[in-house]
Amino acid sequence: MSHDTAHALHPPTTTGLDNRKLAIWTFIGSEVMFFAALIGTYLVYKGKSIVGPFPHEEWTSPAGEHFEHIFEIPLVTFGTAVLLFSSFFVVLALAGAQRGNRKMLIGWLSATVVAGLFFVGMQVYEFSHFMHKGLGYTTNLFGSTFYTLTGFHGAHVTIGLLWLGTVLILAIRGKIPPEKALNLELAALYWHFVDVVWIVIFPVVYLMK
Amino acid sequence: MRFRPIATGRLLRWTPLLTLLALVVAGCAENYPQTTLEPRGDFARMVDNVFMVTVRWAILVFVLVEGALVVAIIKFRGKPDDPEPKQIHGSSVLEVVWTVIPAIILVMVAIPTIKTIFETAKEPVDALVVEVIGHQWWWEFHYPEYGITTANEMYVPLGRTIDLRMVSDDVVHSFWVPQFAAKRDVFPNRETRIWFNTEVAGVFPGQCAEFCGIQHGRMGFRVVSAEAPEFDLWVAGMSAATEPVPVEGDSLALAGQQLFLTKACIGCHTFNAADPPPGRIGPNLANIGSRTMIAAGMLENTDENMAMWIRDPQSYKEGSLMVIAGEITVAESEALVAYLRAQQVVGPPTVAADIQ
Amino acid sequence: MATSAVEHAAPHAPAAHPKTGLWSWLTTVDHKRIGIMYGVSAFVLFMLGGFEALLLRIQLGSADNTFLSPDVYNQLFTMHGTTMIFLGVMPLSAMFFNFMIPLQIGARDVAFPRLNAFSYWVFLVGAILLNVSFVFNAAPNAGWFGYANLTETQYSPGLNTDFWVIGLQILGVASLAAAVNFFVTIINMRAPGMRMLRMPMFVWMSFITQILLLLAFPVITVALVFLMVDRYFGANFFQPAANGDPMLWQHLFWIFGHPEVYILILPPFGIVSEILPVFSRKPLFGYAAMVFSGAFIAVLGFGVWSHHMFATGMGPIADASFGLLTMLIAIPTGVKIFNWIGTIWGGSLQMKTPMYFALGFIAMFIIGGLSGIMHAAVPADLQQTDTYFIVAHFHYVLFGGSVFALMAGAYYWMPKMFGFMLSESIGKVQFWLMFIGFNLTFFPMHFLGLNGMPRRVYTYPEGLGFEFWNLIETAGSMLLGFSFLVFIWNIWKSKRSGEVAPADPWDGATLEWSIPSPPQEFNFGEIPTVDARDPLWERKRVEGRPLPEPPQVSGDDIHLPNPSVKPLIAAIGIGVFFTGFLLGNPWPIPASLTINLPVVLIGFALTAYGIFSWAFEPAE
Repeated sequence: MSHDTAHALHPPTTTGLDNRKLAIWTFIGSEVMFFAALIGTYLVYKGKSIVGPFPHEEWTSPAGEHFEHIFEIPLVTFGTAVLLFSSFFVVLALAGAQRGNRKMLIGWLSATVVAGLFFVGMQVYEFSHFMHKGLGYTTNLFGSTFYTLTGFHGAHVTIGLLWLGTVLILAIRGKIPPEKALNLELAALYWHFVDVVWIVIFPVVYLMK
Repeated sequence: MRFRPIATGRLLRWTPLLTLLALVVAGCAENYPQTTLEPRGDFARMVDNVFMVTVRWAILVFVLVEGALVVAIIKFRGKPDDPEPKQIHGSSVLEVVWTVIPAIILVMVAIPTIKTIFETAKEPVDALVVEVIGHQWWWEFHYPEYGITTANEMYVPLGRTIDLRMVSDDVVHSFWVPQFAAKRDVFPNRETRIWFNTEVAGVFPGQCAEFCGIQHGRMGFRVVSAEAPEFDLWVAGMSAATEPVPVEGDSLALAGQQLFLTKACIGCHTFNAADPPPGRIGPNLANIGSRTMIAAGMLENTDENMAMWIRDPQSYKEGSLMVIAGEITVAESEALVAYLRAQQVVGPPTVAADIQ
Repeated sequence: MATSAVEHAAPHAPAAHPKTGLWSWLTTVDHKRIGIMYGVSAFVLFMLGGFEALLLRIQLGSADNTFLSPDVYNQLFTMHGTTMIFLGVMPLSAMFFNFMIPLQIGARDVAFPRLNAFSYWVFLVGAILLNVSFVFNAAPNAGWFGYANLTETQYSPGLNTDFWVIGLQILGVASLAAAVNFFVTIINMRAPGMRMLRMPMFVWMSFITQILLLLAFPVITVALVFLMVDRYFGANFFQPAANGDPMLWQHLFWIFGHPEVYILILPPFGIVSEILPVFSRKPLFGYAAMVFSGAFIAVLGFGVWSHHMFATGMGPIADASFGLLTMLIAIPTGVKIFNWIGTIWGGSLQMKTPMYFALGFIAMFIIGGLSGIMHAAVPADLQQTDTYFIVAHFHYVLFGGSVFALMAGAYYWMPKMFGFMLSESIGKVQFWLMFIGFNLTFFPMHFLGLNGMPRRVYTYPEGLGFEFWNLIETAGSMLLGFSFLVFIWNIWKSKRSGEVAPADPWDGATLEWSIPSPPQEFNFGEIPTVDARDPLWERKRVEGRPLPEPPQVSGDDIHLPNPSVKPLIAAIGIGVFFTGFLLGNPWPIPASLTINLPVVLIGFALTAYGIFSWAFEPAE
């Protein structure tokens, strides 16, 4: 009996899949609906703004004020690429964690965090730049939907960074041995999801005219 | 002798049912002028036909299924020491049967449903267009064909199809005149449409059916279905109503006329139905003296009610946008009522409320 | 039976470390205690929602009544709906999820015990925040559906709608956390041998409910975010002046709102599917059909949201499609009803109180289902929508359905939860009072609706013929309210002088009846092995019945999760964070800011501290 119950809290799960991993997948499933509603709204309101500035066209207000088009594709394309690469980096970091290769783990995980930070920085720059160009949060439907959608994605990236950063600190302190690689894997799963969402947002928001 | 107690017992057993029956009879004796069950126009009749199809099937299913349930409860009531009943886990045949039979019933309901959806969605031809504008908490009606505007009382010519183009000035409302048509929501910035015609002359109540704020409960209106001559008379009167009806010689009404200006009523209201000045956010008051109701179809248009309403609209309709500047005394309200009562470009509807 | 418990009593005291006192409740991660806390809180809130309803009924008892002012009426009907859905029926189901799912699948706890505590505390914070609004006479007043653009600042200034938006956001967090937890628990924590198609029907329906929660709640969260940024930061989502469309709110709301209806009814379906077989002494008829019909209902539930919007004039194609899809739901629902009748047919019905409520549920739910089909007939719905006919319909589904079933569940499972039997005679009195009161209250609403009484009106004028039935309904509602006092009396009396509950008072079929009442902290001394759909019946038949009273075991060597206060801290943090949105800007600069930034930041820090320290706290 004592042998049976010694591991009572961690009996093998019914499916064999770790509870936490399954929970992250479940949560991601739920998040899909969250972003679906946000992206859906962006699409529904696309082109419905009464006043400018607009994403792709320039606009002159009735008062004669001139506004450039808002989006600048090269910068955000570069940011997208960096975010995509970060997904690749975290895969390498996880491989390092699983093999017990501490150097590989810390190196690639640092690279992931740096890439993520770059993306957030890019977004912060972009937001302030757009504000400067006259697109406030309340200016028009485009402003409200754009900042809400990309802002929520940015918040997800930030949370992912906090999570990866915490794991990085643990890794530096030597607290991510191979048997605890799952701690990184969970964060990585979430990070991949955040990237995948951006892969949808990027063409829908920036490229579709 | 032996039968008596049994008979009483039986009677007692039926008491709840008999009480219920008595209640239903009592309830049916009520008069329901806003009912959906007495259609008086094509739209409402088509809807009612679909409804009656669903009712018939529902009653049949209700009797059969509740009957089966009751039979099972009575028949299979057991005692704790009864032998274990036969352990049955299911029956594929039955599962198929009670999947297919409901499906067939649903098809029977679906056919008239779909037919009616498309029939009621047809664009009406040769219809009188009335623009409906929903306000918190009253209705504005505009007749582009005649260029006249009125509030809370929609005159329609008997028999002719009315094509409503509706939009809201503020929040979402829903236009509902149950005896002629069903509901259609009224949105800001989005036109919705519904049509109806009337088969009888009379005055019929309608009401806002989408929660629209504090006074949603008192956002009614009336539809006056009038024979062609009477309708034409009304149109002619309203078309000519560009100025208030003069009240020379009536000192009380003249005092009211003055008060209408000094108490700032004029800031929101106008008596000009043909070409109302812009920016008057209150209901158009042309012909107010002849209307059947005031306060958006909620109060009978008596002198007493009108005086009460003018003195303190907030007590009857808390939150109403009608705000009185300063105070209106009883005497002042009587003068205003005299003035408003004189505002009759045509007489009140000759048709009494035709109900049931 | 009580004596057998003594005979089998364990040689030493069961509780290794006695856990009593307030602190033990504040830090508990035991799914049973959390279940009890859900139950108690939800019942109190349910009674509050009922009291609100009685005030509404008094107001409507006569024409042009002035018992309630229009604004108070609107606050009360909004809070009645919001309370009954989010603070009453959902958490009452959550009580049974918490207490019963681990027991029924043979687990020692849920997958994430601390997350479970967190869900409860967040729920409580949200419930308190919503109801605190009454203190400021600023309870939500734009309906539980909160249709934009009425909810925009322009038309709803004041804190009322802010309380609503924020309260629902918080409750959403609680629901989502709980849904992840129970989804994982049901998939991953089943006892050996309990395959998916051996799970008790309550677990199945709960499982489907978790999926609905996971997919529906994010959508309302997004809608609430839109409304919140509109109100707080001047965004344009539902501002017609900026071309924002109130229709968007309706779509988002009902994409959540219709699955929400099934979130409210599926667990009760499961409860009834547990009770009918036990009290018919006969297995559930058509187990597989019951599972698949439940799943089918859930899938269809995501495709019919627009049937709440027929009156908006979506055009004939959309009307026809959504009407047909809605009718389709009648098929799996019918399958369920027929299978329930099939279950009792040929059984040996033991007419105990849970059975009364379960049978009452079927009888009432049929009526709600049939009026539901009438709404699927789109043209008929155009007359019925937003009238008392709809109010009648959904009360037959959610009261005659959900609440009757929850009451059945209470009578069925409370002996297991608390260790005493409820009085059968008082229980039956309660049933009849509730049954009669319910029908008197809600059946006449069919007549009133068809005869032209709109819903959500704070009064009605004389002359429309509404007085008679409204008076009857008000009288009925008093009886209905009284029936719940009888329930409280039953609990009070039975606790003092009721029979001690044996482990298996009803000759149950599922695992929770194989352990003592109330269960020991670790649930199962030994994790059971399941080799049939009704494992206990199977065991009793093999070993001869009745099953011997299970012994109390010491449980000394069973590791249980540590209690933790961190979930409570994180939940309080969330409460503080959102309270900052209600307090207003303490500084003049920036003038456009309408939130109390310091409080928001303190709340954020508290939540972050709670979650971080929880992540690094040893779990056992």
